[in-house]
Amino acid sequence: MAIRRDTICALASGLPPSAISVIRISGPATTSIIQSRLSVSPLKPRHASLVDLRSRSGSVIDSGLAIYMPGPASYTGEDTLEISLHGGRMITELALESIMSAGARLAEPGEFTRRAFEAGKLDLTRAEAVADLIDAESEAQLSQALKQMDGALEDLYSGWRADLTEMLALLEASIDFPDEEDAPDRVDAPVLEKLNTLRSDLIDALADGNITERIRDGFKVAILGKPNAGKSTLLNQLAKREAAIVTDIPGTTRDVVEVRLVLGGYLVWISDTAGLRETVDVVEAEGVRRALKVADEADLRLWIHDAREPIESDRVQPGDLVVSNKSDLADPESVSRETLSISAKTGFGIDLIEAAIVERLGALTKNVGAPIITRARHRQGLERALTQLEAAIDHLKAGIGSEFVSEDVRLASRELGTLTGHVDPESVLGAVFSSFCIGK
Amino acid sequence: MQDQTKFDVIVVGGGHAGCEAASAAARMGARTALITHKIATIGEMSCNPAIGGLGKGHLVREIDALDGLMGRIADRSGIQFRMLNRSKGPAVWGPRAQIDRKLYREAMQEEILNHENLTIIQDGVEDLIVSGERVGGVIGESGTSYAASAVVITTGTFLKGIIHRGAERIPAGRVGEKPAIGLSDRLYALDLPMGRLKTGTPARLNGKTINWDLLEKQPADDEPIPFSYLMDRIEVPQVSCGITFTNPEAHEIISDNIAQSAVYSGAIAGRGPRYCPSIEDKIHRFAEKTRHQIFLEPEGLDDDTVYPNGISTSLPREVQDAFIRKIEGLETVEILEYGYAIEYDYVDPRALDAGLQVKALSGLYLAGQINGTTGYEEAGAQGLVAGMNAVRSASGEPHETFDRAEAYIGVLIDDLVTRGVTEPYRMFTSRAEYRLSLRSDNADQRLTERGIALGLVGETRAEMFHVKQTALNAGRDALRSQTMTPNEAQKLGWKVNQDGQRRSAWEYLAYPSIDMAAIVLAFPDLANLSPAIKAQLEIEAMYAGYIERQKDDVEALRREEALRLPADLDYAAVGGLTNEVRAKLDMIRPATLGQAGRIEGMTPGALTALLAYVRRRPSRKQSAHA
Ligand SMILES: Cc1cc2nc3c(=O)[nH]c(=O)nc-3n(C[C@H](O)[C@H](O)[C@H](O)COP(=O)(O)OP(=O)(O)OC[C@H]3O[C@@H](n4cnc5c(N)ncnc54)[C@H](O)[C@@H]3O)c2cc1C
Ligand SMILES: Nc1nc2c(ncn2[C@@H]2O[C@H](COP(=O)(O)OP(=O)(O)OP(=O)(O)O)[C@@H](O)[C@H]2O)c(=O)[nH]1
Ligand SMILES: [Mg+2]
Repeated sequence: MAIRRDTICALASGLPPSAISVIRISGPATTSIIQSRLSVSPLKPRHASLVDLRSRSGSVIDSGLAIYMPGPASYTGEDTLEISLHGGRMITELALESIMSAGARLAEPGEFTRRAFEAGKLDLTRAEAVADLIDAESEAQLSQALKQMDGALEDLYSGWRADLTEMLALLEASIDFPDEEDAPDRVDAPVLEKLNTLRSDLIDALADGNITERIRDGFKVAILGKPNAGKSTLLNQLAKREAAIVTDIPGTTRDVVEVRLVLGGYLVWISDTAGLRETVDVVEAEGVRRALKVADEADLRLWIHDAREPIESDRVQPGDLVVSNKSDLADPESVSRETLSISAKTGFGIDLIEAAIVERLGALTKNVGAPIITRARHRQGLERALTQLEAAIDHLKAGIGSEFVSEDVRLASRELGTLTGHVDPESVLGAVFSSFCIGK
Repeated sequence: MQDQTKFDVIVVGGGHAGCEAASAAARMGARTALITHKIATIGEMSCNPAIGGLGKGHLVREIDALDGLMGRIADRSGIQFRMLNRSKGPAVWGPRAQIDRKLYREAMQEEILNHENLTIIQDGVEDLIVSGERVGGVIGESGTSYAASAVVITTGTFLKGIIHRGAERIPAGRVGEKPAIGLSDRLYALDLPMGRLKTGTPARLNGKTINWDLLEKQPADDEPIPFSYLMDRIEVPQVSCGITFTNPEAHEIISDNIAQSAVYSGAIAGRGPRYCPSIEDKIHRFAEKTRHQIFLEPEGLDDDTVYPNGISTSLPREVQDAFIRKIEGLETVEILEYGYAIEYDYVDPRALDAGLQVKALSGLYLAGQINGTTGYEEAGAQGLVAGMNAVRSASGEPHETFDRAEAYIGVLIDDLVTRGVTEPYRMFTSRAEYRLSLRSDNADQRLTERGIALGLVGETRAEMFHVKQTALNAGRDALRSQTMTPNEAQKLGWKVNQDGQRRSAWEYLAYPSIDMAAIVLAFPDLANLSPAIKAQLEIEAMYAGYIERQKDDVEALRREEALRLPADLDYAAVGGLTNEVRAKLDMIRPATLGQAGRIEGMTPGALTALLAYVRRRPSRKQSAHA
């Protein structure tokens, strides 16, 4: 007997109880499930019908709206059914049980999207965008995922790939048609020019791509300063909970304490760090080392100091925020106008800090149009493509055979192809889908 | 005397595919017959008398490495040897030779007529004998039935061939030869997917009437390099070709009469090759060009016929007369034979398996232009593989194939049976993913060993091959055993990493800036390696880095080739496939996942679905569905 691809089902909306729950079914058994479990059959395609859903024994579980989308014009490319029921826990459980007893199994995470990808409905970057869309917590993440879903990355990467293909065509023509007057025998100059252009495009993308990668993964904001400046108190204020220990003993914080927040539409990771000072305490010294590392990797640094003490600005870089804390204890006259003045303890000025962070992130993302890189996988692929391009440029300049240049270009193109999923089914897809985990 | 109507293998057609097929089968010890229209046209070059070129030269070397005929025959008849792409690296050097048509034909006939295990029969094959599920032989127009366990058809452009020239229509296989009609009908009756293709040829000129003094000359290489690994020198005298160009006046004549071209009047349905367009095509499609290059190639040492390479045409005779005489050097030229286009039947090669057997009829093999290819080399390469597999099938053994990482022959056949053709298929180096290892210099190292195991290679070559292998191995060992510190290397003026690592002569040789001459100066012990061995090792070292990097790819390729798809796979049962992809899979029935991946229009998703399906299959079978 032929083994058919099986049919999957899953709760497509959030966990009940909720107003409604949507159950989705995809696969060849969809029509037979409609026939055996719904009060109306066949369903008019792409049309909302009011139906009863029945259990295996025939009792009505609930009534709701059902939409049947026959393949291949559906999300997964297969026959698909979506039913909206009342969002009770019991209803949902009984509904899934009924559907499974009619020939479906529970979908694994990401399986609907995977099927859509397999049916050629999405390229890899769009499939990833679906995951991002569902996971999005901030507005910036959402709008970026939407653009990626629309093909922003696919277009960009395949555009570069098309450039490479064009170069390959030139190189190959010069190799395979050496005797033809028309074949561009001197292709070196035009190819070199194209290679250089693409190279700088990739370098720019890798630089700008930092930002779009951050929009998805969250910006890193570091709270830094001397011991007892009030860093942990500030973190707790921003987090609106007691995330870090606060005492009046200098050197309280040793580990890096990270808190994830959505601020003004951006996802940010705020890190509280050990106070910076010379110390012989081994544990504290390690804390200071970690603090400096966090400072290094941060997209934005907040330098906190006690308003009653002078600012130690030797580590402050342009773009950093300097914050005077404990304004409640300080003489208002002595506080510098250049800095933000707050009291972490009373909460005075916290809104100003939030606004300042959002403003800085706004400046960072100001020029970001479409996303360029949103995952480490993309960055690595682009970096490898860049390495190949540089090899091609070197080989071209050194004047050693165009077959080497052509090979380099081909490899670069393949790297870009792995990003959109246009090569080597086994390895690429295996790697991508094993880390692909989304709620649908 | 042996029965002249019963054989193990019958090859139909004495062209380039047929000769290689018959010879391969006979070399393997099968009782073989070659049945062809005319013994006198065995080894005839229908078109341009030249062998080799980019990709094509590679094929010739591979045929030779498997002890086939083409390379040796070309070495005995080549009158202008040139190594194309000398300015580039050796991976893309293309050995090519202008051939003396008569010398080639004579040498080929001498070889074929005196071949052990091979009987030559002059007859036209009109029909196939089918016994049950298998082919059982052929029937000649003489009325004779010839029995065999396997049949290889290599009838070139002869299936329902029609010559077009202006308004003229002549049924013919090539000029002056009748087409094969009965056999074509038979193939149609087998319900094979078939189509029409076309190709063309230019007029032939009388060299005595060409004004050579006006023209630029292209000489042969000073030191002609033979095709065959068995030959160390070319004895045939070498000649030059002339170069001239079309001009606006000639173009105008062609444009004014383009409606009379058979190609343009819509008389020809078949598709022609894009890379070998007729002159009317060139002028029509590249209207901005004011001239096109023409090579004037002598067809033989004692033959005044000249082949004007670059102006193939199906215009009427009087138009050919008019435009050709506008060309510099050809003002008073005499035309010996007019150019024409020929349209012929081909079988969609996707109807074949990778052994070149017709999937619908066991024991029947097709090779050469009948499969939609063009060119002697492509034909010869297929002939060799079809002949070999015909023998294997006749003796109940499974097919043998060459993969894409092993040989251009593998690339050629895989392309044909997987992707089919939309225009006459010719080989290019860019079709080979592993071009840097599939070089024309190392075809013997890639293939001769296998050829020996397959029974294709005779004793002389096997012996020579082993001697060369031993010398190469010794040379590699010598290069690896001689070492030097980077410090010493720097003193020689070599630019290498100063990392204190001792490196071998082999590793230094891999630097693009260090050549064999420099190595030998630095390591005097290596001086006694023979020049041929040194040259070979130098090339090897040059590509070693890239080839090392391709290892993973080759392994991945072979892994996918190892994932076999069952011949009876029910593609309707595999979910996630679009109807288009499903239909293609159903027709091509790829033998492996790797082959499936190369089908045009395959999506990565479809492949994943297939992969998941084959992986799931065995375990699913055990846990039967309730
Ligand atoms: C007009 C023309 C133009 C061409 N132009 C080019 C070109 O520009 N570039 C290029 O690379 N190649 C060109 N070719 C192609 C090249 O000649 C062929 O690809 C090559 O010769 C094919 O080899 P083959 O062995 O398949 O067939 P062929 O060399 O055609 O040999 C077929 C043989 O089969 C015999 N035969 C046929 N039918 C039967 C039968 N029923 N019974 C017995 N014997 C039979 C014939 O007599 C002949 O000997 C051209 C060919 C032609 C005819
Ligand atoms: N009055 C006043 N006290 C504050 C303010 N901010 C922090 N403090 C106090 O200052 C002391 C140190 O605060 P922390 O937040 O632990 O300081 P820290 O910078 O994290 O110190 P280390 O972890 O030791 O580096 C605590 O007693 C806080 O209550 C403030 O704005 N006003
Ligand atoms: Mg603290």
